[in-house]
Amino acid sequence: MGTVYFSKDHEWISVEGTAATVGITDYAQAQLGDIVFAEVPAAGTKVEKGKEAAVVESVKAASDVYAPVSGEVTEGNAALTDDPSLVNTAPEGDGWFFKLTLSDPSELDGLMDEAAYKAFVDSI
Amino acid sequence: MTDTATEDFVETVEALPLDAWHRAKGGRMVEFAGYHMPIQYEGIMAEHLWTREHAGLFDVSHMGQLVFTGEEVAEALEMLLPADIKGLGEGRQRYSLLLADNGGILDDLMVTRLPAASPFDAEGGYYMVVNGATKWDDIAHLREHLDDDITLSHLYEQALLALQGPEAVTALARLAPGVEALTFMTAGAFTIAGIDCWVSRSGYTGEDGFEISVPAEDAEKLADALCAESEVKPIGLGARDSLRLEAGLPLYGHDLDPETTPVAAALGFALSKRRREEGGFPGHDRIMLERENGPILKRVMLVVEGRQPVREGAAVLDGEGSEVGRVTSGGYSPSLGKAIAMAYVPAASAAPGASITLNQRGKIFTGIVTPMPLVPHRYHRKGA
Repeated sequence: MGTVYFSKDHEWISVEGTAATVGITDYAQAQLGDIVFAEVPAAGTKVEKGKEAAVVESVKAASDVYAPVSGEVTEGNAALTDDPSLVNTAPEGDGWFFKLTLSDPSELDGLMDEAAYKAFVDSI
Repeated sequence: MTDTATEDFVETVEALPLDAWHRAKGGRMVEFAGYHMPIQYEGIMAEHLWTREHAGLFDVSHMGQLVFTGEEVAEALEMLLPADIKGLGEGRQRYSLLLADNGGILDDLMVTRLPAASPFDAEGGYYMVVNGATKWDDIAHLREHLDDDITLSHLYEQALLALQGPEAVTALARLAPGVEALTFMTAGAFTIAGIDCWVSRSGYTGEDGFEISVPAEDAEKLADALCAESEVKPIGLGARDSLRLEAGLPLYGHDLDPETTPVAAALGFALSKRRREEGGFPGHDRIMLERENGPILKRVMLVVEGRQPVREGAAVLDGEGSEVGRVTSGGYSPSLGKAIAMAYVPAASAAPGASITLNQRGKIFTGIVTPMPLVPHRYHRKGA
């Protein structure tokens, strides 16, 4: 696993070179509750930092998942279509949403590391 | 919107008698109907399934509990409700609707004729439970339209708990022997854990169960006594909503509002035969015409294809893509593992099996009209 960064919208991004994997944090899945549906972007989709990239729905509400950085999607997690509850059980593992190639690695500078994210969550 | 724009209008969110109890039980609190209420404890899915298999305890103290007394109180209530109030025996409960002059629904409610023995000391009077979000408007409407010799008491010092599920009767009868003799839509006075309560066999989940009116100061003691039974767990508003949706039960402010009528809302059973024939309730002429000729739109249940929930506000489209109806409640059914919705659709498309096209934020879905309820009711009816 590469270097992990976190966004204020509660996404995590694990980066190795210009390849990265994106998901939502354990805090986010706990807030959403039981996930019953997830829609992930197809390979080739261009995503933009801070814009909607995926959809996640719990029993009670629909939420957008934002791209923490810009880039081109290389793979959406097909496993979430059959078993969206992976987002609850393994949010920072098998419950990842999509992989992408970064178009501007300098965007990572605006994200938090794990300690900063933990402090951010504690302040909510 | 800026902060200054909201500062002028600060709504107070109030605490209900069980507020601290919910927090101690790990309830995640949200604002609902002007109160802090638990949306969930361990999770909506688990709480939903627990209630369908065992027994769930719901705090519904936000709802309005009213008592009506006075000479000819039944006649007075019949001026505002389409139910046969005069024919209601002591300890009998009925579902009814508060109607506007044009037949639109102002609220849906339960009304019970009180016997001599009740904690409310109002023999011959009526006990009514109305929705929390509408109770202040209801009280204003009722006070305005009832004669001065009818007394309306708002029991704001009573909490209301619902115990719902197939094992509710087992758990409650252990604490209040004799309560098992109540049948669906009957009520009586019972002492539970030493507390004088008013108990009806009714609810909002489609399951057998009870609704228990208890003095606010004893609510924690009652909730603790009920949750000490192995069948019982506390359940939040989230599961209350998914349970009632599967059971096909409408939620006021979403599936019912002043624009909907009893016929369009598929609540014809709330129009008692004598009242249909005699009239004398608000909107009688319009409602009877609609009953004869059929409504333009009708409330139905849909099973939505695919896994994605289609929620309140999604449009019902006709063959040309024009909006002809609306989804009024929608979500995921934990019992069925499917997306389900309640919607108003053109009467011609309201028969079971009809395919309904839905548009949610530009994405098209197909819903199949399915008989209500989706999960069969398991009420404990007399003679059953």
